Amino acid sequence: MRRQIEGSRAVAETVALCRPEVICAYPISPQTHIVEALSELVKSGRLTPCEYVNVESEFAAMSVAIGASATGARAYTATASQGLLYMVEALYNAAGLGLPIVMTVANRAIGAPINIWNDHSDSMSQRDSGWIQLYAQTNQEAADLHIQAFRLAEDLSTPVMVCMDGFVLTHAYEAVDLSTQEQVDGYLPRFEPRQVLDPAEPVSIGAMVGPEAFMEVRYLAHLNQLRALERIPELAGEFATAFGRTSGGLVSPYRIDGADTVVVALGSVLGTVQDTVDELRDQGVRIGALGITTFRPFPADAIRAALANADRVIVLEKAFAVGVGGIVSADVRTALTGPELPLYTVVAGLGGRPITRQSLRGLFVNATVGRLEPLTFLDLQRELVG
Amino acid sequence: VFQIRIHGRGGQGVVTAAELLSVAAFDEGRHAQAFPSFGSERTGAPVVAFCRIDDRPIRLREPIGEPDAIIVADPTLLGQIDVLAGLNPDGYVLLNSERAAADLIGAAADLIGGRVRPLRPGRVFVVPATRLAMEHVGRPVPNAALLGGFAAATGLVSLASVQDAIRDRFPPAVAEANVAAAAQAYHHVDAAQAYQYVDAAKAYHHVAAETMEPAHA
Repeated sequence: MRRQIEGSRAVAETVALCRPEVICAYPISPQTHIVEALSELVKSGRLTPCEYVNVESEFAAMSVAIGASATGARAYTATASQGLLYMVEALYNAAGLGLPIVMTVANRAIGAPINIWNDHSDSMSQRDSGWIQLYAQTNQEAADLHIQAFRLAEDLSTPVMVCMDGFVLTHAYEAVDLSTQEQVDGYLPRFEPRQVLDPAEPVSIGAMVGPEAFMEVRYLAHLNQLRALERIPELAGEFATAFGRTSGGLVSPYRIDGADTVVVALGSVLGTVQDTVDELRDQGVRIGALGITTFRPFPADAIRAALANADRVIVLEKAFAVGVGGIVSADVRTALTGPELPLYTVVAGLGGRPITRQSLRGLFVNATVGRLEPLTFLDLQRELVG
Repeated sequence: VFQIRIHGRGGQGVVTAAELLSVAAFDEGRHAQAFPSFGSERTGAPVVAFCRIDDRPIRLREPIGEPDAIIVADPTLLGQIDVLAGLNPDGYVLLNSERAAADLIGAAADLIGGRVRPLRPGRVFVVPATRLAMEHVGRPVPNAALLGGFAAATGLVSLASVQDAIRDRFPPAVAEANVAAAAQAYHHVDAAQAYQYVDAAKAYHHVAAETMEPAHA
């Protein structure tokens, strides 16, 4: 049923339809509305059976999720920013143990200086943690990705992060087609863990592995993530059949046919990018956009194919590696083969700075005429930096 | 696309107003998007919320810089921040105040000088939303009354849709109090419209004559 609803609420309602058995929560903006809504759903009995655990920190939240998942429960949590950083040690454990935890990251900047607004610094900092990372363009996709995430996580025994732009999506009211319990039950079977912690049949998991096999464990984790590159499009296809709408997948091309210039981006900024592409197309500029929905594992083949006919690539990033430059750009560069395409890194929207059509228009036009630096900070106020 | 920007202070229900407006438009079969300015909202601090309404799906995520309508929940903001910034020349302004539009715009012009733009006659509306909220709801939350006034001023959404959105959001007793405030605001603005045309025109000339020229000097 289509409803005009807050993004956080849409995600919470959808997560509840996925029948999580343990939800652990520690509040941090802009994620808080999601776990608050879930706590109401548990308390009112609409989501049952489910144990809702209030914890004392994000480190505890992830640790409880690990414990729950290891006993065979479907586990969910959500966080953002410093909260994600506070659970880092446990994040790697969840991935290393192959526990299919699903977590929403309501993307927010990392301090200092303290900043509660949106960018991708938090989840980008965990790109190598072994978690699958999916990025939502809209609240519809944010909701839908959670359904696919549980299925993907449990199919591959690996945790999945669903990243949605904090405030821009979490606090936005827009129409979302909310799934029904029947639809979700038909798509997402009960969690059948391969191995559980059970006092009746004690086992150890996560025991020490020495130099003789540690690399092999890591190699297997890599192979498992690469399997996701095949599984994700299959699951997105099944989802489209079952739910009657398109969400997820590896990448989402927009008007790239005949595009000399392709703008690569992640998340909600793609809406503004698409509007700008339409304006420029109307003026005869051959430009298109490529959304990266699955950032980990990195869909190099799909990106290479989508950029095969481009003359130049602009990577629009809401995070960057201090002292280096683009994060996504570096990965996109590795995906490209053959003659070197001009690739422009544009760092934009840090700490919630709005990304406007006007700024994008100027940027894209400059790129098409070769008047763009390899690394640009969009709308940087020169007078503030001396 | 029709773009609305709502200015107020934390505690006045500005973000909720934008959300309710989007629900009203959605219920009328249109596409709508509402979002706050993402500040650290605190009671009394200036707050901005946005709403877009369109017949096509809305993809744009930038804040609204060139609104077609501006709602000001607290008129003291007129002297402090440029609430009318970027207003479409044909745009609507709805102010929460006991005063007549002409007085208020004149006062604003004095306070913020050259930043006041020429407002089109007939597009400035005033509704005493805080008083209506006190009468019906018993708390100074002017948002429902402002939405009733907005429906009357612009005709963009119906009063019934606004009231349905209110009922959908709040428990019955609170909802009905706000529904009544919205209805009274709707009729107040509606009845005063002809009068406001004259006053707004005066305001326009007053503002244009006394403040616009120095601003561009």
